[in-house]
Amino acid sequence: MTLLEVDDVTLRFGRVAALDGVSFTVAAGEFLAVIGPNGAGKSSLFNVLSRVYRPSSGAVRLAGEDLLALPARALAGRGVARSFQNLGLFGHLTALENVLVGRHHLMRAGVLAGGVMLGRARSEERTHRAAAREALAFVDAESAADTPVAVLPYGVQKRVELARCLAMEPRLLLLDEPVAGMDQGERAEITDLIHRLHAERALTVVLVEHDMGMVMRVAARIVVLDFGHVMASGTPAEVQADERVIRAYLGEPVEVAS
Amino acid sequence: MTELAQLLFQGVALGATYSLIALGFVVVFRASKVVNFAQTAMLLLGAYLVSWLAVDQGIAFAPAVLLAAVLLALGGIGFQAGVLRRVAGQEPFVLVMITLGAGIALIALVEAVFGPEQRPIGDPWAASAVSVGGVTLLWVKVWTIGVVVAALVAYFAFDRFSRYGLAIRATAADEEAAGAVGVPVRRVHMITWALAGVLATLGGVFLAGFPNAAHPTMGDAALRAFPAVILGGLESPIGAVVGGMVIGIVEVLAAGYAPAELGANFHAIAPYLVMMLVLLVRPYGLFGARPVERL
Repeated sequence: MTLLEVDDVTLRFGRVAALDGVSFTVAAGEFLAVIGPNGAGKSSLFNVLSRVYRPSSGAVRLAGEDLLALPARALAGRGVARSFQNLGLFGHLTALENVLVGRHHLMRAGVLAGGVMLGRARSEERTHRAAAREALAFVDAESAADTPVAVLPYGVQKRVELARCLAMEPRLLLLDEPVAGMDQGERAEITDLIHRLHAERALTVVLVEHDMGMVMRVAARIVVLDFGHVMASGTPAEVQADERVIRAYLGEPVEVAS
Repeated sequence: MTELAQLLFQGVALGATYSLIALGFVVVFRASKVVNFAQTAMLLLGAYLVSWLAVDQGIAFAPAVLLAAVLLALGGIGFQAGVLRRVAGQEPFVLVMITLGAGIALIALVEAVFGPEQRPIGDPWAASAVSVGGVTLLWVKVWTIGVVVAALVAYFAFDRFSRYGLAIRATAADEEAAGAVGVPVRRVHMITWALAGVLATLGGVFLAGFPNAAHPTMGDAALRAFPAVILGGLESPIGAVVGGMVIGIVEVLAAGYAPAELGANFHAIAPYLVMMLVLLVRPYGLFGARPVERL
């Protein structure tokens, strides 16, 4: 079953086309990565999917529903969770509170009942706190639960952000360069965590990433963007063997004069 | 000693009122980064609504206050959704000017409808008092302290434990991220304005209580809560309460003890002096957080 459908999406800034007729689909449960050199349109594509940019033409559908008709703030309710390239955490809030915010759209208590914590609101609160703790445990950041996230190391903050995505109980997880700015050790850990999120929680994942090595380890299928076009797509092995991809990433082979 | 106790009691009662008013500023500022200069006009309107309901319409005082609070909360929601939302994304300065203009218009409207005279608010306490160890406790001030404490406890429980309190804090920290993870950001803003309306009504009632009354310039007195906000830190509810208390007590003690050479109205500027001294030492206020610098 197709969960996400990107259909002939074009995004222009003035006369520059950041995306030019991009089409691909993501099946439910699939792990798709979008890669490409700097300036290929990865971030533009991510911003279209997360409803930050409106494309000049084309359609994006989630399980058949027109995603472009929805504002960004409605996405969580439709089962779309996203991570931010530079973390979208709430600095003064604790890790647990950060994760709990992600469950707001799942909570039912109204402003007044929720305000005074009466009856059902109280038991609902307990359920959601337990779920938030469980998400923190899944990303191995439970010990940070009661610490304001601003004072946590970057790698732990990323884990908290992923825990928040998980706690949102999404159908589709959008990850924007999750290992950018990390050292080798952190990269390996977060890559492993993302792999587990997909494998153990049956999430559909769209990963936009610059780091080829990371993508090859986790993605089942890869879409390669170059200058706003889909240059290639296929399994990691197919993409790695593609002449055009090698050229785009490594440049033209050059005769070295002896 | 008795005199000091008397002044402290009055200072705490005034400080409690300032705390409510300051909290009204902070609640809105935290979520939207807008200093709501219409807060003092809302306070004025709250006091007049209570006066109109309790005195002119003959509704009992407590239901009149409740009804006025609901009306002002709805008014706050309407103003946020009908006016401020349409200019969202503009410079904060634009939004601040809109609240300033709306406040001036509101005060003029109240004066046009109710006239320039003082109005009683129909409170049941008037000048009744109880004497404890030689200290005269006006019932209106005892009630002020009691109701303010209850309101503050309710507010902090809401802020700390309810899902909307959490949503408000998340929106305050990062509105875009809050929206992306499913916080209903628009509703959050409406809730903060509803809270501001309720706080303004209570603040207006106690500011207009004996020996005062509702009058068109009571907004000026309310503006004296502003040093409390700056003192505590614009984004800190705790700071608003502590700042309000400090300003209230300083004002009353200055009125009671300041030597005559400083002039008759020294008590009115004493809060601003305290504010300036605090800002010299702590530029973000007593409880204000330094902006987090990300590299």
